[in-house]
Amino acid sequence: MSQERQQRTSTPTEVDEVTAAAPVRNDLSADVDSILDEIDDVLEENAEEFVKSFVQKGGQ
Amino acid sequence: MSVHRVMGIETEYGISVPGHPHVNSMLTSSQVVNAYAGITGLDRASKARWVYADESPLRDARGFDLSRADADPSQLTDDDHGLANLILTNGARFYVDHAHPEYSTPEVTNPRDAVLWDRAGMVIMQQAATAASAQPGALPIQLYKNNTDNKGSSYGCHENYLMQRRTPFAEIVRTLTPFFITRQIMSGSGRVGLGQEGRKHGYQLSQRADFFEVEVGLETTLKRPIINTRDEPHADPELHRRLHVIVGDANLSEFATFLKMGTTALVLTLIEDGIVLPDITPEKPVATMHAVSHDVSLSKPFSLQSGRRVTALQLQWEFFEASAKHCQDKFGSAMDEQTREVLDSWETLLNDLERDPFSAADRVDWVAKLSLMEGYRRRDNLDWNSPRLQLVDLQYSDIRPNRGLAQLLEDRGSLRRLTTAIQVEHAVSSPPEDTRAYFRGECMRRFTDSIAAASWDSVILDVTGQDSLKRIPTLDPLKGTRAHVGHLFDEAQSAEDLIQLLRR
Repeated sequence: MSQERQQRTSTPTEVDEVTAAAPVRNDLSADVDSILDEIDDVLEENAEEFVKSFVQKGGQ
Repeated sequence: MSVHRVMGIETEYGISVPGHPHVNSMLTSSQVVNAYAGITGLDRASKARWVYADESPLRDARGFDLSRADADPSQLTDDDHGLANLILTNGARFYVDHAHPEYSTPEVTNPRDAVLWDRAGMVIMQQAATAASAQPGALPIQLYKNNTDNKGSSYGCHENYLMQRRTPFAEIVRTLTPFFITRQIMSGSGRVGLGQEGRKHGYQLSQRADFFEVEVGLETTLKRPIINTRDEPHADPELHRRLHVIVGDANLSEFATFLKMGTTALVLTLIEDGIVLPDITPEKPVATMHAVSHDVSLSKPFSLQSGRRVTALQLQWEFFEASAKHCQDKFGSAMDEQTREVLDSWETLLNDLERDPFSAADRVDWVAKLSLMEGYRRRDNLDWNSPRLQLVDLQYSDIRPNRGLAQLLEDRGSLRRLTTAIQVEHAVSSPPEDTRAYFRGECMRRFTDSIAAASWDSVILDVTGQDSLKRIPTLDPLKGTRAHVGHLFDEAQSAEDLIQLLRR
């Protein structure tokens, strides 16, 4: 667990009112590359290890 | 009844301590729930218990009881294992179920309110996880609003709808089976991997579809049925049944939750009003459910018992047309706003999915997720077995606002949001005003120390100076509303006052 991730974990959970009311741009397919750049910044490190260690017990 | 009916959503969240896959998830789930009790002061009601005496998870809607000896231990949800279990001031239940933290919304009367109190649940879960992670010596706990670990385990997001008891169950099964099999095209949350363990590479519409193995049954944890027959109405059993729907995915898109609840409510109205859609019975329901989920092109037809071949889109159009006509016939120009909104949204979405599925990326989870996947595949030349795509799938449902990809899409305006942060903040602590959840929630808020126990259909008060507990039944979901009891709460200074006022 990196220091950086721990800090992010403890960030407050409120969603900014202004962004919540932002107009829908519906531009996912047109603008997907800029979204991917944004996602790259927040994706967990070491994808393979992270996905492998996500193990759940069955539920309902 | 339109889209207005008593309903609710219960969601089991995925729970993980990154880097520690073998940590006991019953324990971490309890830590999450207990941490929330700590930060809200609800631990003062440490006596407050959920009343299991009112629950009957083995009651079968087809009219018989499964004996306890025949039941799998996982079906015995009424045993009090001493696991964390809270009643919240918003009327919701927040507890540990099958090694997952689970949030059941308070009872609401319409799809928009279902969206709002479901979203409040996400915020509550995140506040709880943050608090649990901040305990001395604790490891960081992360929660996911998804339905599978892609390794063979699934956990549910169940919908509940109050129905008229007199409606024959066979009619419910006949009409709902094809509806559930095909509504995935609108309400699927998307999944990388095919098969229960996700071993086959590819993408499918639904998180849950591959985990369904039979057509009708009582189970929820094994041999999962498309139509679940659990019959615990939590209301007058002579008048009502509670339809317990277990086929759905947990949605991140608020629009998807809205349409899922709204369209299902409309189809239930068709069934209750005796409107029969002809020729909709699939030849092989379970296999078709899987096939529809695996068909990202939305174009592959399947066979009905009659021999007719249809696509999921075609059947959804038939459900839409029947619902639109019935609402028009029944209400005409007096149709309420939300019913009209569901019908309009449904029609627009089916048109969009038919024309170009990617045009629905701002409303449908599986499309939003697939858009990201296709972007990565193109840019980085990835195959469907890439761990990076599996991570995008998982992190789409991460409920942390600064890490969850669905919320990132919302923040940049690419995924439609129906609620505002202010509305959600209110719903985190306040109950809906038009169901019995109002009575439960307000009791919890005002008289925390005096609540001995509660359940969906009762609140039990422990009042100082009285030697017996006072049980207040709340069997009718549409009583105990603000209109009914708001003035009592204005007047009562204590739980004792409340009991006196109720006796008048």
